[in-house]
Amino acid sequence: MNKPLLQLSDVTKSFGGIKALSGLCCEVRQGQIVGVIGPNGAGKTTLFNVITGAYRANSGEVFLDRQPITHWRPYRIARAGAVRTFQNIRLFSSMTVWEHLLVAQPGQGAWWRRALPTNWADGAAVARAEEVLEFFGLQEVRHQSARSLSYGTQRKVEMARALTASPRMLLLDEPVAGMNHDEAEDIRRLMLRLRDGGLTILLIEHDMGFVMNLCDYLYVLDFGVLIAKGLPGEIQADPIVMDAYLGKEA
Amino acid sequence: MLLQQLVNGVTLGAVYTLLALSFSIVMGILGILNLAIAELFMIGGYLGFAVITANLSLPVAVAAGMAGAAAISAVIEKIGYEPLRDAPLVTPMLSTLGFSIILQNIATNVWGSDPLQLPDEFLGGRITFGSVSIGELQLIVIGVTIALVAVMAYVVQRTSMGRALRAVAENRDVARLLGVSGSRITLTAFMMSGALAGAAGVLIAIHYAAITPYVGVEIGLKAIAVMVIGGTSQIWGALLAGPLIGIAEVLTVAYGGSQIRDFVVYGFMIAILLFRPQGLLGGSGADQGQRV
Amino acid sequence: MSTYTAGLLADVGILTLGALSVYIILATGQLSLGNAGFMAIGAYLSSYLTVIAGVPLTSALLIAATVSGTIGVVIGFPALRLKGIFLAMATLGFGEMVRSLFLNLDITGGAGGFHGMAHISVGYVWIWVGLILLLVWLMESSRIWLEMRAVADDETAANLIGLNTTMTKIGAFGMSAAVAAVSGGLFAHHHVYIEPGNFGFERSIDFVLAVILGGSTIGAGSLVGAALLVLLPEQLRALDDWRPAAFGALLIIVLLIRRQGILDRRLLRRLVPHKQTA
Repeated sequence: MNKPLLQLSDVTKSFGGIKALSGLCCEVRQGQIVGVIGPNGAGKTTLFNVITGAYRANSGEVFLDRQPITHWRPYRIARAGAVRTFQNIRLFSSMTVWEHLLVAQPGQGAWWRRALPTNWADGAAVARAEEVLEFFGLQEVRHQSARSLSYGTQRKVEMARALTASPRMLLLDEPVAGMNHDEAEDIRRLMLRLRDGGLTILLIEHDMGFVMNLCDYLYVLDFGVLIAKGLPGEIQADPIVMDAYLGKEA
Repeated sequence: MLLQQLVNGVTLGAVYTLLALSFSIVMGILGILNLAIAELFMIGGYLGFAVITANLSLPVAVAAGMAGAAAISAVIEKIGYEPLRDAPLVTPMLSTLGFSIILQNIATNVWGSDPLQLPDEFLGGRITFGSVSIGELQLIVIGVTIALVAVMAYVVQRTSMGRALRAVAENRDVARLLGVSGSRITLTAFMMSGALAGAAGVLIAIHYAAITPYVGVEIGLKAIAVMVIGGTSQIWGALLAGPLIGIAEVLTVAYGGSQIRDFVVYGFMIAILLFRPQGLLGGSGADQGQRV
Repeated sequence: MSTYTAGLLADVGILTLGALSVYIILATGQLSLGNAGFMAIGAYLSSYLTVIAGVPLTSALLIAATVSGTIGVVIGFPALRLKGIFLAMATLGFGEMVRSLFLNLDITGGAGGFHGMAHISVGYVWIWVGLILLLVWLMESSRIWLEMRAVADDETAANLIGLNTTMTKIGAFGMSAAVAAVSGGLFAHHHVYIEPGNFGFERSIDFVLAVILGGSTIGAGSLVGAALLVLLPEQLRALDDWRPAAFGALLIIVLLIRRQGILDRRLLRRLVPHKQTA
């Protein structure tokens, strides 16, 4: 059995009087693709924010590979191996695709290599960026400003950027939102390839079809509470889950 | 004498309060530091000075200073802020810097760089309470300040314009959805802050019985410190911090020498920024959302 | 070359370094309105070292730069918790405090100023300017510069991919302080007399003006801006009384119609033959 890479133990997060997350317990095992689903406002993005350190949990603990990261600062958590993408894409507005991949390699290489012109001082960084560029098929747009790309390509760049940081676990926040079927398929295949390469993935998604075809395990949130967990087949048939979604759509 | 110094400090503090409020309005509603305010302060002083020496009454002088500064402020808003509204905050701030440079240059060319002294006949008498004497003019400065702050407080708390201002300060996008016109509010904010700065300028000219083109840089910038110390969007903060800093400054000059007064004032500001950024009267350091 | 022209060129060089010090901070998205404070530290410290302690000039400049850089790093830790406008205000306060400090420091002459420095040539000034420009140019192609730009573009996202943005900002602050100090040391030894009034708010503003006007996205822009600020008034003598207003107006115009300033990467590529990287 694969060991748990990420564990949440009784995590609660409140804003003022509002409980965004209540007593959340969940775990992601190494090499799994785990999905977090639930109606809008269920607290999924808050969950990501707490895991990655942007918010500090009010109570409970978050463990990355057995290490408590609950009070760690965001950049440290990222360097420890948990890197995320964003629901509304947050690319660096002044940078090209290539630059995104170069910059996302913090703490790798001697400091003086980082201070000199990359092209002749930091071959390792260039090689890594090249590797990720090819994996995502972004060679054609490498020198284009990230802002000028199509939506689907921007999402890929964001994922590529996150991957370049050599994470052990990738947290993807709605990676195929707004994509057409082909683009989403493309992403799905990429994610499977990543998983086969040993990466663990935690993803938030609304597209049920996408999630069913991809995830090894699912957690369902509603109003910040875990209302169901299990294999995709089980979840699909679970009346509680149905209720939560239908209740919202009414 | 200590009491005398306190009186002087409070008078200077009154001017600081008005200026701090002026900075505060733009800061609170638009999130930028309007560096032109320091020079609107200076120009207001010159306008008031011109009116006084033309033998017109004090209220007219204050009105002239306020109106002139408000008008110039409106121009600055139209040319220097409106077009840059969506740019990163640093950009409109630099634009106001450009205007402040222009305004100061205009003043030095039109009125010269030497101080203009208020002729004696305008100086007014002094009233004595025991061992303390306070000039009539100083009383006027304090009085006008209190009046203006009261008017400001009323406008902000009780009028629909004030409500609109507060709405935009809270959240610009939501305010727009609710039908509050962002650009009209911005213009109002600029003009109000201009008017306050202009009034402060007339008052400082009266207090010191003189005006120079450098009063903006020398005194105006320190009002930024007052704003920070009192709490950036707090009316009561400015009311408290103004006299506080005014007294601190006057005492520093009296007992420590005039050279270190800037050190003290700005040192205080930096201490507040670092240890209590919400200011003396700001709420508790609230639970911020993002920790990054 | 006449003394007058030499003086002008030296001033261009000195202002270029001051502008570069602001450029470095601006690259992380922060604005400093108090770099004249670091210039003052550099000027007074290097002058004290050469005049009173007999230290050779180049060493004195290096020491002053290191000390100033260290001060920049030390105050950077608390200061860079502040963002945007608040940081700008804090730097403004810092600059005024330093000026006030030197007004009161008797060992460096207080309000009366300090003199006795040996005069340096234009050539010496420009050796330093050239070296620092080269250093910045090299850094601009480095990953550290990308990290600084990431902080400017989106600090949150930068953190979440593992960049220690605090360290990046503090490092930039320290480097900025060091460069401003060199500017100050060169100023002191070229003008051979300094007083606190040389390092006030107006000086900090000059640095900012030079960067914004000359080009805020590329190091060479600081050179363009410095040249503009120093040399243009010489060409337009008639404007003399209105020089500040003219530059104020220019600042506003640039912000409105060409925010990046006069020189940017694209313009540079068109002016200078450039090898495309594959």
